[in-house]
Amino acid sequence: MQQQVNRLKPFFENINFEREDNTMVVNFGPQHPSAHGQLRLLLELQGEEIIKAVPTVGYLHRGMEKMAENMIYNEFLPTTDRMDYIASSSNNYGFALAVEKLLGIEAPRRAEIIRTMLLELNRLTSHLFWLATHALDVGAMSIFLYAFREREFAMDLIEDYCGARLTHASIRIGGVPLDLPDNWTNELAAYVKILTEEIVKYEGLLTENRIWKMRLENVGIITPEQAKSWGCSGVALRGSGIKWDLRKEMPYGIYPELDFDIPTADTCDSYGRYKCYMQEMRETMKILTQLIPMYHDSDPQLMAHSPEYVSAPKEDIMTQNYSLMQHFVLVTQGMRPPKGEIYVATESPKGELGFMIVSDGSPYPYKIKLRAPSFWHTGILEDLLPGHQLADVVTIIGNLNIVFGEIDR
Amino acid sequence: MRKYTPKDDVQKKSYFNDRFFVTPSIPRTNPSEDEVFANDIENLDTSVKILETYIEAGHLVIYINACDNKKAITYLRDQLDYDFLMELSAIDYISTRGGFEIFYEMLSTSKHKRIRLKCFISEKEPIESVESLFKMANWSEREMYDMYGVKIVNHHNMKRILMPDDWYDYPLRKTYPLHGDETAQWYEVDKIFGKENRDVIGPEERDSAAVDRYDTTRFARLGHEVEFGVDITDGKEPEHTPLGYQEEGGVKLFGKRLVKELHEDKSVTLDKRR
Repeated sequence: MQQQVNRLKPFFENINFEREDNTMVVNFGPQHPSAHGQLRLLLELQGEEIIKAVPTVGYLHRGMEKMAENMIYNEFLPTTDRMDYIASSSNNYGFALAVEKLLGIEAPRRAEIIRTMLLELNRLTSHLFWLATHALDVGAMSIFLYAFREREFAMDLIEDYCGARLTHASIRIGGVPLDLPDNWTNELAAYVKILTEEIVKYEGLLTENRIWKMRLENVGIITPEQAKSWGCSGVALRGSGIKWDLRKEMPYGIYPELDFDIPTADTCDSYGRYKCYMQEMRETMKILTQLIPMYHDSDPQLMAHSPEYVSAPKEDIMTQNYSLMQHFVLVTQGMRPPKGEIYVATESPKGELGFMIVSDGSPYPYKIKLRAPSFWHTGILEDLLPGHQLADVVTIIGNLNIVFGEIDR
Repeated sequence: MRKYTPKDDVQKKSYFNDRFFVTPSIPRTNPSEDEVFANDIENLDTSVKILETYIEAGHLVIYINACDNKKAITYLRDQLDYDFLMELSAIDYISTRGGFEIFYEMLSTSKHKRIRLKCFISEKEPIESVESLFKMANWSEREMYDMYGVKIVNHHNMKRILMPDDWYDYPLRKTYPLHGDETAQWYEVDKIFGKENRDVIGPEERDSAAVDRYDTTRFARLGHEVEFGVDITDGKEPEHTPLGYQEEGGVKLFGKRLVKELHEDKSVTLDKRR
């Protein structure tokens, strides 16, 4: 028995790279190191100029929406980690919040504060990761090492809280499972202090750097109309001058109580988005600083009291019969949420992360649609790349901050 | 008698249902209670036929006829300032109602409101593409087709997006089993070696956590190491082999010792990061 290579012919493996009218078709990815995952781009080149780009996705498709239909709600929560794996708590939060809205319960204040701390820490890790890899793509090696160093400290903080560094599963439906460890807020404050100083150094290396500016300015211009039409969100939208951040405009959790600004850029290019990212990190640190005293003033309750949907605290389960029975039912059968449809969007580091849940009242969701912002940030490459040079492709892909875990889901 | 399993919905079902449990619903309110939404409906009503409206969890839900989808979205975008189409997809109701519910999730940044436009199509009925109105529908509709097999007309590049082009059946339909149908399970084998070689290759191991302790070719046996490919089914495996680097005496490079030899009994675990 032999492998019959010809069987692979008709579809994705063998495309004829023909030269016609001096144009050339180049296959970029799916294993290209600066494709940030499994992006495959079919580029039609005239010289070094791109005249047509066809982004192809699906190499990391794990069928999460299908999995969700076959899991109880609590079971699905760790799966959401694998969407945007650079900032997994933000996916946990989006899902937990959507289910909470469906159930009509609210997380206690302390849980909400801890969640917001985690979300903002995740935003920092995500943005630092973006900065590091993007700068590396463009050719600035040292910034990669510096940004990863600071990201490491943020991940240590998250690890101290939930034990995991990448796939956190740190948030539960109805609250958070654990209180912050002793001294954690002090370490957080120390970290914020370090990063405040370090960001100045990053910017010193990049902002006025001649090469950085040449590579980023007027590259990857997303006009506001394009951004609206392609459903862009997050920095891709704010970089086009549209001031829209869900934390501010349609707030959830404790964001209305927090004081922060939404950075925007009018240049619509990669450089403008870079500036937005840097400013957003500063705003995030502002939020983290405000959260520390709020945490110390809050009551120690961590999970919502809702016996129908949320298990009782461990002490109750171990000592009280009814709590144990309820816990058993919730674990083996799962909670039965009300019938209905709900769409809840949160501002993840990448943009609007939406969870659409259709519930028919059974413990398994009837349908879950995961709205991952990167999906359309990849789609827009189709319009964005033509007209650019081949070297700009890595700048644009890196700049759009796409993560394939959430594109392919 | 064999237990009856419905073929039209093979997703996991709860093993126990209380006969007397009445499932509650999310409360739906009348759109007239919200000034903005009431105004929107009044305006939209002049353009398309509205079948049903209600507010559910802060979202206005509008049911329209499927043929009006483009008209309604154009009107909402141009006249009522719903400038973003955030998400669109289908919900599979083939087993109960013989078709799909298509939803369009829209957002107005000026009004800070979200609405969900919904329409129902039967299984084989096509729906007009809204790609010309919102470019994001280009990929969303491809995904909808890919996952549900909803037929979309007037789309410039209607092909699968997440699944391979030659995939059989639509994975998110309720009739499609979680672990894939037969074609899916043999996809790689059929493609690379041919269908006739299924028996030779054998089925794929789908349990990613499967470990065979007697398989000495594919699994590392840390602490119980044996030579590659040795048959240990008769129980002839070492009780304990010391953990260490592969090279005796540590790893050496240019005569210098790069990594010291590991002494398990002398090693300590740090409890604090240095």
